[in-house]
Amino acid sequence: MNGLSAFAGPSIEWLSISPLLALLAGALILLLVGSLTNEWPKHWYSLTAVATSVAAIVLSVVLWRDVSNDGAKLLIGGSLTLDHFALLGSIAICSAVLLVSLITSDYLSRDGSDAPEIYALYLTAAIGAVVMISSNDLVVLFLGLETLSLSLYLLAASNRQESASQEAGLKYFILGGFASAFFLYGVALTYGVTGTTRLIDLNTALTSYISVPRNDVILLIGIGMILVGFAFKVSLAPFQMWTPDVYQGAPTPVTAFMASVGKVAALVALMRVFVVAFPSRSDDWGVVVLVLSAATLVVGSVVAIVQTNIKRMLAYSSISHAGFILVGLEAASHRDSVNAGDGLVAVGVYVALYAALVVGTFGVVTVVARNSSSEANSLDAFKGLAKNQPILGLVMTVFLLAQAGMPLTSGFVAKFGVIQSAVAVGSYQLAVIAMVCAVIAAFVYLRIMVSMWLSDGATTEKVSVPMLSRVAIGLAVAFTLLIGFLPSLILDLTSSLAELATK
Amino acid sequence: MIAASSQVLSFPILSALVVLPLLGSIIVALLGRSRPEWVKLGALISSVTTGALSLWLLAAFKSGEAGFQFVSQHLWISQWGISWHLGVDGISLFLVVLTGILFPLVIVGIDPHHNETSYFAWMLLLQAGVMGSFLALDLFLFFVMFEIVLVPMYFLIGGWGYDQRVYAATKFFLYTMAGSAFMLVGIIATVALAQRDLGVITFDVVKIAEGASFSTNAARWLFISFAIAFAVKVPLFPFHTWLPDAHTQAPTGGSVILAGVLLKMGTYGFLRFGVYLFPQAAMWARPVLFTLAVIGIIYGAIAATMQRDLKRLVAYSSVAHLGFIVLGTFALSSQAVTGAVIQMVNHGVSTGALFLLVGMIYERRHTREIAELRGIQHVAPIFAGVFTVVMLSSVGLPGLNGFVGEFLILIGSFESARWWTIVATVGVVLAALYLLWAYQRVFHGEPDEANSSFKELNAKEGLLMAVFVAIILFTGIYPKPMLERIEPSVNSFIEHVEGRTK
Repeated sequence: MNGLSAFAGPSIEWLSISPLLALLAGALILLLVGSLTNEWPKHWYSLTAVATSVAAIVLSVVLWRDVSNDGAKLLIGGSLTLDHFALLGSIAICSAVLLVSLITSDYLSRDGSDAPEIYALYLTAAIGAVVMISSNDLVVLFLGLETLSLSLYLLAASNRQESASQEAGLKYFILGGFASAFFLYGVALTYGVTGTTRLIDLNTALTSYISVPRNDVILLIGIGMILVGFAFKVSLAPFQMWTPDVYQGAPTPVTAFMASVGKVAALVALMRVFVVAFPSRSDDWGVVVLVLSAATLVVGSVVAIVQTNIKRMLAYSSISHAGFILVGLEAASHRDSVNAGDGLVAVGVYVALYAALVVGTFGVVTVVARNSSSEANSLDAFKGLAKNQPILGLVMTVFLLAQAGMPLTSGFVAKFGVIQSAVAVGSYQLAVIAMVCAVIAAFVYLRIMVSMWLSDGATTEKVSVPMLSRVAIGLAVAFTLLIGFLPSLILDLTSSLAELATK
Repeated sequence: MIAASSQVLSFPILSALVVLPLLGSIIVALLGRSRPEWVKLGALISSVTTGALSLWLLAAFKSGEAGFQFVSQHLWISQWGISWHLGVDGISLFLVVLTGILFPLVIVGIDPHHNETSYFAWMLLLQAGVMGSFLALDLFLFFVMFEIVLVPMYFLIGGWGYDQRVYAATKFFLYTMAGSAFMLVGIIATVALAQRDLGVITFDVVKIAEGASFSTNAARWLFISFAIAFAVKVPLFPFHTWLPDAHTQAPTGGSVILAGVLLKMGTYGFLRFGVYLFPQAAMWARPVLFTLAVIGIIYGAIAATMQRDLKRLVAYSSVAHLGFIVLGTFALSSQAVTGAVIQMVNHGVSTGALFLLVGMIYERRHTREIAELRGIQHVAPIFAGVFTVVMLSSVGLPGLNGFVGEFLILIGSFESARWWTIVATVGVVLAALYLLWAYQRVFHGEPDEANSSFKELNAKEGLLMAVFVAIILFTGIYPKPMLERIEPSVNSFIEHVEGRTK
């Protein structure tokens, strides 16, 4: 890294970044071949995206075994990481892409607007997301963040007939731009203080004996701005304003995509940055995270109650879930406790389970709201659903109960892990706040359940659930229940999650 | 993964008690699509088999032994030290039997009127959850069961209740869930703190209670977190406000189950988890709990006296009765706790029966307003007779079951909670007042036109009530077999508590 004259590119471990390459190949095929050929037969665009994500998942699983055998390592001159934490995130992201692609295909082909671009954007966003969660460098992270965000802006505005969708895209773009600017400025200030953007080197610089002063203002502002940037992306209160509008305006499958892929990527990256790069300043950011978490939990669960639109309700519920996940980050900030690693594991488990859960929930919303002639996405569309279609009603009930954290669903396993990590380090107040907010949030899910089971619908017309959506929702509900009954399945895998790549 | 157990058991009767209703529920739900006419039969077979199993358990239970019997332990979530750990002792035995008997009676006796399939499926799921709560010896498993019970009960109240059912069901769900939110944090903290003493992470309640010692301060906080959940479930004053709504709006079957077994999960939880895990903290919190219990007794009685709706009256009487049980539980003497355990069962039988009778009145007259009813004794003497027996059992008349429990509680509590006991005794008198007054208004006098056609008990209803009356009489006249099975466990429980608090 000394002289420019002797610049030699880092060696690239092609196999270790194969999931990324697979996603890239899929995106290119869809874009290039899709635009040069006549319209493909029904569902083929989506199935290409599905095949791509399956390939990426398989490759990630292969890499998972490598990491189990050989340990975690850094890639490409230390800019990317290969560890279980990143791989779990990749698998969650690719699975979400898979499920969302299935739902999208039915959604779009209903009015004949199925096109390759949307799937290519899903895959591009997934590339950005995977780069984000496996980056070991703030600049690389920013590249991933922008790749993800730009794709999401387009996706949010992808319904050209709906002005709400346009508005959502624009709103998301402007606020997301702000957030990126905050993040980037934070990176610049941190770099100014430490002279590096590598996460691991940052930690070394901040803990070495000729280090940055304990209360270096520039550094703290830098860390704060990075946190604000993330807070926008994961919609933590008070930076959550855009979420309900964007979730409501965007086409429902895209909302599912944002709530799963977008959240997972930003949260996992947030965890990694703060746990790897800034543990030496955890006394400072730990308190901020605690306040953000509590505020997010309260805002997410309380404001959800007064919503009448189901997508807004679920948007607020996703905000409160982000608050829950931050409880895990707060736990990880207790560096002196032996159990600080639990927080990281809990967050990994939470985001993986939440991704499937939220896609399933929005999948049902897509199917139901699509069929209803009443005001789009209002709660009325769900009235009497369970009476007309007990199975669809039951599936949605399982999702809602899981979101509320009822036992025997994956949602409970996720919440349990986070609360356990908080209690293990002695953050009792936050654990209690989180649980109380979970009860408040449960009221929202009960309202949807009341509409489905206990109200009479305007029509007794049956909602038709197309084949691919059926598969996607079925997979999600099976996963939700399977993990609920046998949490060991995922806990077995995640025991080594806290061993992050450091060299 | 459920690994193979190290113990060799002849037949996992306790697991069967939990799994059978669960399977029944799934089968009923599936039958509903193809063979709706078999739904009731399926529900019946499932619940009767479970009932028979619980009676077999009663017969096979070794009286005179204090420890847990028929223990079944299988590793469930190894990473968190959680196992499928079930066991029964004298404290839980009769609650399990009550759960086993009450459900088939409700399923036979009460017609849901609509959507039979889902009604029976929820009922059976509820039975599985309640059974699991009474049998679980693992804190995690207990929490799972305690919490999962909310879902079927929510749907039973919301789907088959009266006018305000959605409001009542939501209130029930949120109140109870709010209580258990604190308990979840408490459970996790208990396990985390116990890990330091035990060296391993385990949710096994016996291991934690016997092996771990908590600092005074920690134990108090932990006890409070458990106590909030159980106080809401019982419900203790001032957490009781969900109960009258839930009871009044629930369908008859739901009310019977709610009063009969669901509320007992709170009082049982106090004993099995609150006091057992944190005896010192329980001693410390005693004055507050005594006071709340006694306020509940008096307040419940006064509120019951004022009610115009017969079902609401019974609901408030529950608040009073459960006050007695809590008083006995925390008196922590052998007699009082034995009395409390007996009274849990008694209240389930007599209040369950009262709700059934009120339900029958509603079926016939489509009103539960006391003012609308008059002179039923003249047109339906047998009905009135049964009502009298059940009511007197609830009042605590000697020779009937209610007396045994209340008497033991009052005697046992007099030592440790003298003044509270004296005030509680007034509650006994008030109970006689509100129930007899209600009886007088409903059954005495000359029936007016609407009441003169009140139908007598039919054969099915008669048989149903006969079971209740038989239990009431048997327990009242010959409580010895029950006491023999309860007392050893209670004595060893008291020893445990005294060993920790002296």
